[in-house]
Amino acid sequence: MRIVYTDVLVIGGGLAGLRMGIGAKRRGHDVIILSLVPAKRSHSKAAQGGMQASLGNVIKGQGDNEDVHFEDTVRGSDWGADQRVVRMFVNTAPKAVRELAAWGVPWSRVRKGDRQVIINGQKVTITERDEAHGLMAQRDFGGTKKWRTCYVSDGTGHAMITVMADQAIAASIPVHERTEALALIHDGGRCYGAVVRDLITGELIAYVAKATAIATGGAGVLYRVTTNAVICEGIGHAIALETGVAALGNMEAVQFHPTGIFPAGILVTEGCRGDGGLLKDVDGHRFMPDYEPEKKELASRDVVSRRMEEHLAKGKGAKNRFGEHLWLDITLLGEHHIKHNLREVHEICHYFLGVDPAKEWIPVRPAQHYTMGGVRTNSTGESPTLKGLFAAGEAACWDMHGFNRLGGNSVAETVVAGMIVGEFIGDFCDRSENTVNIPTAVVQGYLVREQAKLDTMLNGRGTESAVELRVAMQQLMTAKVGIFRRGKDLEEAVDELQRLLVRSRNIGVRYRAGGANPELVAAYRTQKMLKLALTVAYGALVRTESRGAHYREDYPRRNDAEWLKRTLARWPNEQDTLPTLTYEALDVKTMELPPGWRGYGTRDYIDHLDTPARQKEVDTIKANLVSADRFAVQQALMPYEGLLPGRFRGRNERIDERF
Amino acid sequence: MADETAHRKLTLDILRYNPQDPDTAPRMQRYELEEADSMTLFIALNEIREKQDASLQFDFVCRAGICGSCGMMINGRPGLACRTLTEQLGTEITLAPLPVFELIGDLSVNTGKWMRHMSERLATWVHMKTADVDLTRIEEGMDPALAEQIYLLDRCIECGCCIAACGTARMREDFVGAAGLNRLARFRLDPRDTRDDAAYYELIGDDSGVFGCMSLLACHDVCPKDLPLQTQIAFLRRKMVVRGLK
Repeated sequence: MRIVYTDVLVIGGGLAGLRMGIGAKRRGHDVIILSLVPAKRSHSKAAQGGMQASLGNVIKGQGDNEDVHFEDTVRGSDWGADQRVVRMFVNTAPKAVRELAAWGVPWSRVRKGDRQVIINGQKVTITERDEAHGLMAQRDFGGTKKWRTCYVSDGTGHAMITVMADQAIAASIPVHERTEALALIHDGGRCYGAVVRDLITGELIAYVAKATAIATGGAGVLYRVTTNAVICEGIGHAIALETGVAALGNMEAVQFHPTGIFPAGILVTEGCRGDGGLLKDVDGHRFMPDYEPEKKELASRDVVSRRMEEHLAKGKGAKNRFGEHLWLDITLLGEHHIKHNLREVHEICHYFLGVDPAKEWIPVRPAQHYTMGGVRTNSTGESPTLKGLFAAGEAACWDMHGFNRLGGNSVAETVVAGMIVGEFIGDFCDRSENTVNIPTAVVQGYLVREQAKLDTMLNGRGTESAVELRVAMQQLMTAKVGIFRRGKDLEEAVDELQRLLVRSRNIGVRYRAGGANPELVAAYRTQKMLKLALTVAYGALVRTESRGAHYREDYPRRNDAEWLKRTLARWPNEQDTLPTLTYEALDVKTMELPPGWRGYGTRDYIDHLDTPARQKEVDTIKANLVSADRFAVQQALMPYEGLLPGRFRGRNERIDERF
Repeated sequence: MADETAHRKLTLDILRYNPQDPDTAPRMQRYELEEADSMTLFIALNEIREKQDASLQFDFVCRAGICGSCGMMINGRPGLACRTLTEQLGTEITLAPLPVFELIGDLSVNTGKWMRHMSERLATWVHMKTADVDLTRIEEGMDPALAEQIYLLDRCIECGCCIAACGTARMREDFVGAAGLNRLARFRLDPRDTRDDAAYYELIGDDSGVFGCMSLLACHDVCPKDLPLQTQIAFLRRKMVVRGLK
């Protein structure tokens, strides 16, 4: 039995995991990071378009600040977000992007003077200020009032994770590559680490830690068509779920990105539309203004994806040998712009489609893109129900995205949450009562249990094929738990997924080596993924309203009166075939921005009982403080700064906001 | 709408070896499959593993040409499998793991371990003037053209193709290769890094560094990101010669 002891065990080597690890290490704690793949190959790398932070350097970002970023994010979430967490996020995002700048990320910079851009299909000349020259540039993205997305050409995530992973190396943090956590070790109230499988040798090792942090990213591979990397299977979500103690929040909230290339589903960035690209149909008609006169192509992703599918359903799709799709036209941006600011897009189109996007249109169709749901945490990043378990980034439900995430807010969240949660992990490990005193017999029990599960698959008489079950699950999720959802489809999906789950308990593998065995890996992951798929499908079935990315054709209205609450899913018994759902109400009475119309999408919603009173209260507070500065108004509406770690408090300087 | 043109029959000869299993010896194994529209080696290899041979090892992550996981020898030449379309190859395709790197099994090699070692050895991070930056203040400015130039060198995905194609790397285990030299060229450009040529000379001023390069420059030819490795290595060598003569 091998047991590795450390202060902090971080599961996941993407941006969130690395930043948490760096934070905890700087606080003097030993850290080990586990990663399925070399850290720099994590899916964080695939973020193309950029990271939102309200710097307001470019002229089209002038006037941007935390308040505007806050409102955009809450509206984007369709009021599903925790507004205090959104405030923590928007105040830390400028610090995060500036920290990365100091660490070496080659952010694209503002050049003073005139430049030509495309806005709403038209060539427009804008003039950048002299004092902005050389500062970080921002581009336009969906669902935002200002140009706020800081970027490195269209390789933003690549540049960020290269720097972050090198910072982890500089801090001498060991990254145990090609390892996978199979189960969390806990006693029903306190998490003590994880049982980890070495993917090269097959050995199981127990890692025992004061604090365990999940940062394993999303679960896109539950779906047949996804922009996610093949490692985004949601196993981090699943091992938290399997504790029966920690809960997953809002798993039914799944984002579909409007522009996956068709049919492979590989992402081309929202920056294409942010920079002026247009969506067109079979007739070459630009259809988005017909549906969304306010924001057109740059409404939030949930809205644009729905409008695209709606337009396809009207028979307006173009056809190729793989099926129906729409077109993304970026030819109007010109070859120079594409080759400098959209290089990855250019490469992807060239290699996968044989298309030159400077001359031809790109075939696109919405594809699964982002998992808003995750391990439910409080604002410190810790599970409220399983002490010592933390989570950050896409794997967490912190919850700043609610039911729809804005483009550019995810890479921002990874780093911001990594900074904040890393500090709270530091605090947690500092406290003497959090030392670990778990008997090794308990640890051994976990190792034996997990080894037995693998042995059953390797040596037992299981007859089911993991590949077959997985393909069936992916088909069901894409067909019945997709962009448009109906009660009948969801019921069928839940029934069928339950059958697949039961069958998955009888998976056998043909290739019986215990070491690096890709078939065994697929087998145990498929069992976990089916549980996760059920939390998504069942949560979607029970939520009889439409909110953000969760759209029910049979319940098309957002219903704040009954559904302004967060879904919590637990899996208390291994033999269960459905998660146990409970709900956590969002308190309108403390909201800085009470629920209303998002500014795009349908205007039809049912108010919460408390909304009118709170709105009146908010209006009164604002009226009484007309002469006060914006910080005083914010403080009066919803104080939050005490929630931030001390080192990340404080205002953010801008060209137009000096102090 | 099904494609009506007949599909080719592809033959994939794959170098198989599992170092974890001492009883096996390296061997070539042949797989046959029908080509599909827009088939990449990512699709082909997964189809083989799902339908023919569950034991076959290979690595993919992003399957979009940006993460660098899937470097392998494709008909004898290092390249990214995920974005290689089978239609660009003949019907007989030979796949082998990248040389130089530690073999994990079949087509899977431990590039991560190699790259981590290279990063530690060359200290591939910005050596800042002060450790603590005031994050509430406006960031330091940088010339826009310089930022783009740094990014161009920063586009390396550490796939290992340049190392696999390198004559010196085959002979010297400690050679930092084009991947390493390009990293230092990137930091040398970066005004945020306080290191000077004397410091860089300490890191690469010998045969394990820039003077180990024999100028065969296959690295430049096989780089999937078209990094300007030839000019960067030549430039770095010139600077290091100047430094060495001081």
